Amino acid sequence: MSLLRVEGLRTWFPLREGVFQRVAGWVRAVDGVDLEVAAGQTLALVGESGCGKTTVGRSILRLEEPREGRIWFDGVDLAGLPKSELRSYRRHMQIIFQDPMGSLDPRMRVRDAIAEGMEAFGIGASEAERTDRVANLLERVQLDPRQMSRYPHEFSGGQRQRICIARALSVEPKLIVCDEATSALDVSIQAQILNLLRDLQQELGLGYLFITHDLGVVRYLADRVAVMYLGQVVETGDTERIFTAPEHPYTKGLLAAVPSVDPDRRRAAAKVMGDVPSPAHPPSGCRFHTRCPVVFERCAREEPPAVALEDGSSRCFLVGSGDAVEPS
Amino acid sequence: MSEPVLSVEGLVTSFPGSGGQRLTVVDDVSFSLDEGEVLALVGESGCGKSMTAFSIMRLVPKPGHIGPGSIRLCGKDVLSLRVTEMRDVRGSDAAMIFQEPMTSLNPVQTVGSQVVEAIRLHERISVGDARRRTAELFERVGIPDPADRLDAYPHELSGGLKQRVMIAMALSLRPRLLIADEPTTALDVTIQAQILELMRELQRELGTAILLITHDLGVVNELSDRIAVMYAGRIVEEAPRKTLLSAPRHPYTQGLLRSIPSLARAGERLAEIEGVVPAASEWPAGCRFSTRCPRVEDRCRSEPPRPHVFGPDHRAFCHVAAREAGA
Repeated sequence: MSLLRVEGLRTWFPLREGVFQRVAGWVRAVDGVDLEVAAGQTLALVGESGCGKTTVGRSILRLEEPREGRIWFDGVDLAGLPKSELRSYRRHMQIIFQDPMGSLDPRMRVRDAIAEGMEAFGIGASEAERTDRVANLLERVQLDPRQMSRYPHEFSGGQRQRICIARALSVEPKLIVCDEATSALDVSIQAQILNLLRDLQQELGLGYLFITHDLGVVRYLADRVAVMYLGQVVETGDTERIFTAPEHPYTKGLLAAVPSVDPDRRRAAAKVMGDVPSPAHPPSGCRFHTRCPVVFERCAREEPPAVALEDGSSRCFLVGSGDAVEPS
Repeated sequence: MSEPVLSVEGLVTSFPGSGGQRLTVVDDVSFSLDEGEVLALVGESGCGKSMTAFSIMRLVPKPGHIGPGSIRLCGKDVLSLRVTEMRDVRGSDAAMIFQEPMTSLNPVQTVGSQVVEAIRLHERISVGDARRRTAELFERVGIPDPADRLDAYPHELSGGLKQRVMIAMALSLRPRLLIADEPTTALDVTIQAQILELMRELQRELGTAILLITHDLGVVNELSDRIAVMYAGRIVEEAPRKTLLSAPRHPYTQGLLRSIPSLARAGERLAEIEGVVPAASEWPAGCRFSTRCPRVEDRCRSEPPRPHVFGPDHRAFCHVAAREAGA
C-alpha cells in the first residue's frame, strides 16, 4: 500500500508588479503532479533546476500551500486539513535539506536541536529521557554521543548532515523528504550518507521521497523514479527500467547527458538543445516540445496525456509507437 | 620536443595560520602540460586544486604566499614577473573560467562591452573591430542571435549562456592555456553536456591546452587526456585518463572511484572512505592520507612517500603500492 499518494498537485506562485503588488501572472512551479511513495521504499524525483521538484516536496509538507490537488498520507488527505490538524501529521513526515548549516540553528547545541521536535510532540517523559534518546540517535547516525553539547559549527558538512538526519528521526517519521540531501557533499562523504540512509530505511521501514538532480545517486538508492520537466511529471517507472529503457525523449536526453565514468566510454551527448523555458510562460502543448529532438506538429498544439506503461507512465504522443529516439 | 605550455615544479602555496604556523595548502606540486593537452586536476573540497590554479595566475588572495617552487608558462617564469607583466600574461598567455559565471561578469555592463573591453586591454584595436570580433566569438561559442546578445546584461542570460560568454571572453585573445575551474558544476546536466561538447570542439580547433579543475570524475573522463589526483595539498597520483580510471594504484584514488554511486551495481553497498579530510592545520606528517587509508602501515605515518613510476606517465605516491610493485 502506498504511504503517500499525490494527485493533481498544483502549486503556483503569483508574479506581482506595480505599487499595489497586483498579481500579473503565475509561475506554475507545480502543475498537475501525480506520484506515489510506498512504505519502506524510495521514490526519486529528478529533474533540472526550476522543474518544480523542490516545490513538490515542500507542498507535500504544506510548507507551500498548493492551490489544487490531494495529498493522501496514510489514508488522510492532508491538502484539505486545516493547519491546526496538520500538526499531528507533520510528525510522520520530515524533511532534510541540501545545506545542513542553513537548517541548524548555529546557537543551539546539538542535543537541543535534536530534542526540539521530541518536546514539541511530547515524546519522552522527561528531559533526561530525551537526552538518552538523543544519545541513541547520535549513535545510530554514527556520531559520538559525547559530542551532543557541541554547536553545529564544530562539525564537518557530512557530520552536520548526520545531525539533521538524527533530528528527522527523533520524532519517528514514516516518510522523509530528502531535498538534495547529499548534493553539497564530497563524493567520499556522500557515499557515507547514502549508505546510512539506506541502512536506516531497512532498519526502520522509512519511505523516502528523494529529490535530486544527480542521476548517479538515483540509480543507487531509488526503487522508483519520477522525472519532472517544467512543473509536470513526464515519466515514472521502476529505476532499472528508467535507466535501461527510458521512454520519454526528455528522460532519454537527460540520461544521455550524464558524463560517464567508464574510461572506455566517453558518451555525454547533448541531445537536448537550448535552455529550459520559464515556468511563468510554459510552452503550449507538450512543455518539452521546444527542446525535443523528435518533436512533430501535434506536440505544439496538444498536451500529451500521461500514458500508462507496464511500470509507470509517460507523457508523450510517441509512447508505444516505436518511433521514439533510440537510447544510445 | 618543444617546451611544455605550462610546467609547475615543486610549487608551495601557504597561508599564515594561528600561532605563527604556516598552512601549506599546496605542497610540493609538480606537473606539466603540453600544447593541446587536457590535464584534469581532481580532488575533493579543500584539496588545493583551485589554489594551484590561482597560483598559476598569481591570483592567490592575501595573505597567501606563492613559493618556493617554479611556474613556467609559455616560457615565462611567472613568479618573477612584475605585476604589469603579469597583467599581460593573464588573458593572452593564459585565461581562466570559473564555476559561477554570474560572479565573474559585471552585472551593470552589457556582456558584449565586457568582452570588447577585455580585448582592447590587450590589443590596439578599434571598438568597432573589437565588437565585430566579439560577435564572431559569440557565434562560435553557440550563442543564439549573437549580434543582439552583445547588448544583453548578464542577468538576461541563462547560466549556460553566461558560461558561453565567459568562454568567448577567455578565448578572445587566443591564449595557449585555458584554466577551467569547475566550469560546468553550476549547470544542469543537459546544459553541462552542451558546454562539454563546446569545450571539446574549441580545444580541437584551437589547440588550446586546458587545465581542468573539478571534483566530478565524469566530467574528467569526458574531457581529459591525463588526470592528476590531489589530496590534502599534494598530488597523490597522476596517469593517462584510461590508466587512472581503470587501474589506479593509490588507495585514495581507488576509494574515490569506488564511492561514485553510478559505478555501483543495484543493491551493492557503496565503498566508503572512513572519516573526513582533515583541515590544513591537522594534516598528518608522512603520507597525508595515512589517517584514512585502509592499507596504512607504520612507515606511512612518519615518512612522506616519494613518487613511484608504475608505467608510462603513471606515478603515484604510496609506500604500500610501490612495495607491491617491487620497488
